Amino acid sequence: MTAPAIETNGLTRRYGALTAVDHLNIRVEKGELFALLGVNGAGKTTTIRMLCCLTKPTEGDATLSGASIVREPMHVKEKIGVSPQETAVAANLTAEENLRLMCGMHGLSKAETDEKVRALSERFHLNEVLSRRAGKLSGGWQRRLSIAMALVSDPEILFLDEPTLGLDVIARSELWDVIRGMKGHATIILTTHYMEEAEALSDRVGVMKDGRLLALGTPDALKAQTGQEKFEDAFIAIVRGASK
Amino acid sequence: MRMLSFARRTAKEILRDPLNLAFGLGFPVALILLMSAIQANVPVPIFEIKSLAPGVSVFGLSFMTLFSATLVARDRETAFLERLYTTPMKATDFIFGYILPMIPIAMAQTIVCYLLAVVLGLPVSISILYAVLLNLPAALFFIALGLLCGSLFTVKQVGGICGALLTNLSAWLSGAWFDLTLVGGAFEKIASALPFMHAVEIQRALFAGTPAALPAHLLWVAAYAALSLAAAVGIFLRQMK
Repeated sequence: MTAPAIETNGLTRRYGALTAVDHLNIRVEKGELFALLGVNGAGKTTTIRMLCCLTKPTEGDATLSGASIVREPMHVKEKIGVSPQETAVAANLTAEENLRLMCGMHGLSKAETDEKVRALSERFHLNEVLSRRAGKLSGGWQRRLSIAMALVSDPEILFLDEPTLGLDVIARSELWDVIRGMKGHATIILTTHYMEEAEALSDRVGVMKDGRLLALGTPDALKAQTGQEKFEDAFIAIVRGASK
Repeated sequence: MRMLSFARRTAKEILRDPLNLAFGLGFPVALILLMSAIQANVPVPIFEIKSLAPGVSVFGLSFMTLFSATLVARDRETAFLERLYTTPMKATDFIFGYILPMIPIAMAQTIVCYLLAVVLGLPVSISILYAVLLNLPAALFFIALGLLCGSLFTVKQVGGICGALLTNLSAWLSGAWFDLTLVGGAFEKIASALPFMHAVEIQRALFAGTPAALPAHLLWVAAYAALSLAAAVGIFLRQMK
């Protein structure tokens, strides 16, 4: 049995009396596209922040490709790429300079940087905007650039936090193609509010509420489990069921 | 390597903002020209070029706080810093990456002030070189203060605190625009306790030929620079966690 990409063991985060994430146990296999769903305040963002070493767990631990987020955060950071909900690009730098900056942050040599910028520009069709300042790009291009920036280190695990938030239908569809194209190259953790996005892209889905994992399975399995035809209805049934 | 990449980015972000160039270079130049024009008509000792240029060279540095704080605060607000926190960058890479590129920018501003002063009649002497070098502690103080404010406040708050409050404080309490002894009392005591006046006096002592006054003023400004740097590093590390 191969080691999982991500394994959480009783991962917990409390803020005073509030338990944002409550003894979470998830196992994500290598190469899987795993979507984390939940209503606002479910604990998705806190979970992702802990897995990215941005927030320390109050209790429990998680391993990413075998490295502990508590004991080996620097090792974890070498294995992950993050595309935050906000596009998080350097506005006054060109798209190319943003890519080069991230190469520098990951300690790539000049030759490696040149090759990486060329390869990512081609893969994400960024060539036409490479010389334009990132702050002047449209939302769709900024998202594309943001994901490309997260991939400069060839991460084993990629976190995509609400990657299509605020995009129009065409830009969203294009980005879905980009994400589908990444499947198999890296393990992808996706958080989204769009149910059709989770259903279209994910291998498995975890549904969270009040910091706890309510359901886990493929979109089809969750629909069968709740007796619903539409994935959105299955999600609602799971979340409402937990409230009763 | 990581620090240098980040430092290059800091410099580009600052220098590519036209507002930064307007305030960082345009404003001090305009002030020197305006005050010199007034001086030509109504001579006042404090606006003689050997006294005016030192005052403006220190006052101009207060914009470094605004630039530095705005960049750090914006990086926090746009989650750009968070993205970088998920890379293997260390705390020192961030701190030096923000501070180091600001130093040559601050020095360039001081050099521009003195080049213009030479054009307006300041005699060319080795004192100009010393003036540029001895503005370093003040520059470090203002830059570190920017890192501190950027780590604590939002972009909007930074605009009010660093853009309005600090620039006014450094203008009023530095003695750049009027003789502080004429006001006297508590105002003068407060001005003496803060670093702005001492930073200006370092510069003026160089052109007045009174180097004996330098160590005391220098020590005062250096102490403030060290203090603000320590506070900035402490607060930045805290918000990083």
